[in-house]
Amino acid sequence: MFGPIFSKPLSSKNNKTGSWRMGKRPKFLQTNCIACRMCILICPEGCIEGEDKNTYHCDYDYCKGCGNCVEICPRQDIVMIEDK
Amino acid sequence: MKRFLEGSQAVANSVALCKPGVIAAYPITPQTHIPEELSKLVAEGLLNSEFVNVESEHSAASVVLGSTACGVRSYTATSSQGLLLMGEVLFNIAGLRLPVVLTCANRAVSAPINIWNDQQDSISLRDSGWAQFYVENIQEAVDFHIIAYRLAEDRNIMLPVMVCMDGYILTHGVEVVDMPEQKDVDRFLPAYKPLYKLDIENPLTLGFLADTDYYMETRFAIQKTHQEILDLLPKITHDFRNVFGRDYGEGLIETYRTTDAERVIVAMGSVCGTIKEVVDQLRRKGKKVGLLKVITYRPFPIDKIYEALKNVPKVAVLDRALSLGADAPLYTEIRAIFFGKKRSPKLIRSFIAGLGGRDITLDSIKEIFKKLSLKTTEEEFIDLKPELLKDKV
Repeated sequence: MFGPIFSKPLSSKNNKTGSWRMGKRPKFLQTNCIACRMCILICPEGCIEGEDKNTYHCDYDYCKGCGNCVEICPRQDIVMIEDK
Repeated sequence: MKRFLEGSQAVANSVALCKPGVIAAYPITPQTHIPEELSKLVAEGLLNSEFVNVESEHSAASVVLGSTACGVRSYTATSSQGLLLMGEVLFNIAGLRLPVVLTCANRAVSAPINIWNDQQDSISLRDSGWAQFYVENIQEAVDFHIIAYRLAEDRNIMLPVMVCMDGYILTHGVEVVDMPEQKDVDRFLPAYKPLYKLDIENPLTLGFLADTDYYMETRFAIQKTHQEILDLLPKITHDFRNVFGRDYGEGLIETYRTTDAERVIVAMGSVCGTIKEVVDQLRRKGKKVGLLKVITYRPFPIDKIYEALKNVPKVAVLDRALSLGADAPLYTEIRAIFFGKKRSPKLIRSFIAGLGGRDITLDSIKEIFKKLSLKTTEEEFIDLKPELLKDKV
């Protein structure tokens, strides 16, 4: 007899971890961005995208609101705001 | 072909006949000679296998987890502390339903450090989901590795199997062994065809998070599969007899002169050979004694043991391991079989012997049979040295 032991890739996308946020979320100001990509690297959910300067944004369906991107941004171009 | 072989050498050659594609092991006494011989076979080009040198037993287990997940028959061996270091990975291998075969050269667990034989290491891993065989002699060690792969890789089972052989007594002992022929092993054990595997062309995720909605079913399934092993193993040992000519009955238990026995010892592993000798000696004097050898400890063959012992008045259970703070492991489970049953031995007594490699001699076994005639029901350590113990520091 077997139970569930494997799943197909990308099935974890069904888990919308954005519901884990505890009242705050990052806001990407897109004004002083130098496209260093540090926010992409630090994001534990891998839900930040962007290419050129001032194009970076995140997917709030998956952002847990940990604030790591805010901490690591060298230009203070991401800030935590009330999650409404 | 009959050969005069050390147990480790014999097991390594038996494993080689099963053609594992990946072998990963870290040396630890008394297991060392097994991977040593295998690495030699690989180096000499006699075995076409990837031999992975690793930095610990945790890594050895992780390598065979990964290689088996990729669809390759894999092998590892260890002992004692090494098995415990593997412990976390061993639960994962079972949980992922990967048919790894592992040899445990049974050795005592530290502290104090002791490299000699008892069965505390593998007994401590009894709840990991692995099937466990305990072999009596080198021939059984050779044969049960081949049986182990056949069982593990059966598409209805897909669970890892641990072959437990007493360290030194079997790993370093030398016996005449009937080594199977390659063509017979190939006939008995077809190439491993995985049910599913890690493959970049057809990706899947193994070892995903199973939350409260999924976890319990994975455990239930393993529990049920262990019951299925009890039905399948007799068919496999039947096939084994047809191909190799050696008869292991149903592969679950062995009864030795128990039919009319009044006193029976239940035991596992190499000590069964010693017990058989004592049984023969006492039988010649007219004493009705016998042995029940448990070969398959996981899954635990409850019904077979019940049938074998239900008419025996007095039963001694000999453990070479402890569950510190409670009754000995094998004893506890033998007792549990008879709870609430109408037919049952009048006495089931727990004896502990041979911890840390202390010899279990013919006299030790005779003492157990003798003590089984006493009124007491207390747990007893055989060959204990009270002069080394003190009540207060």
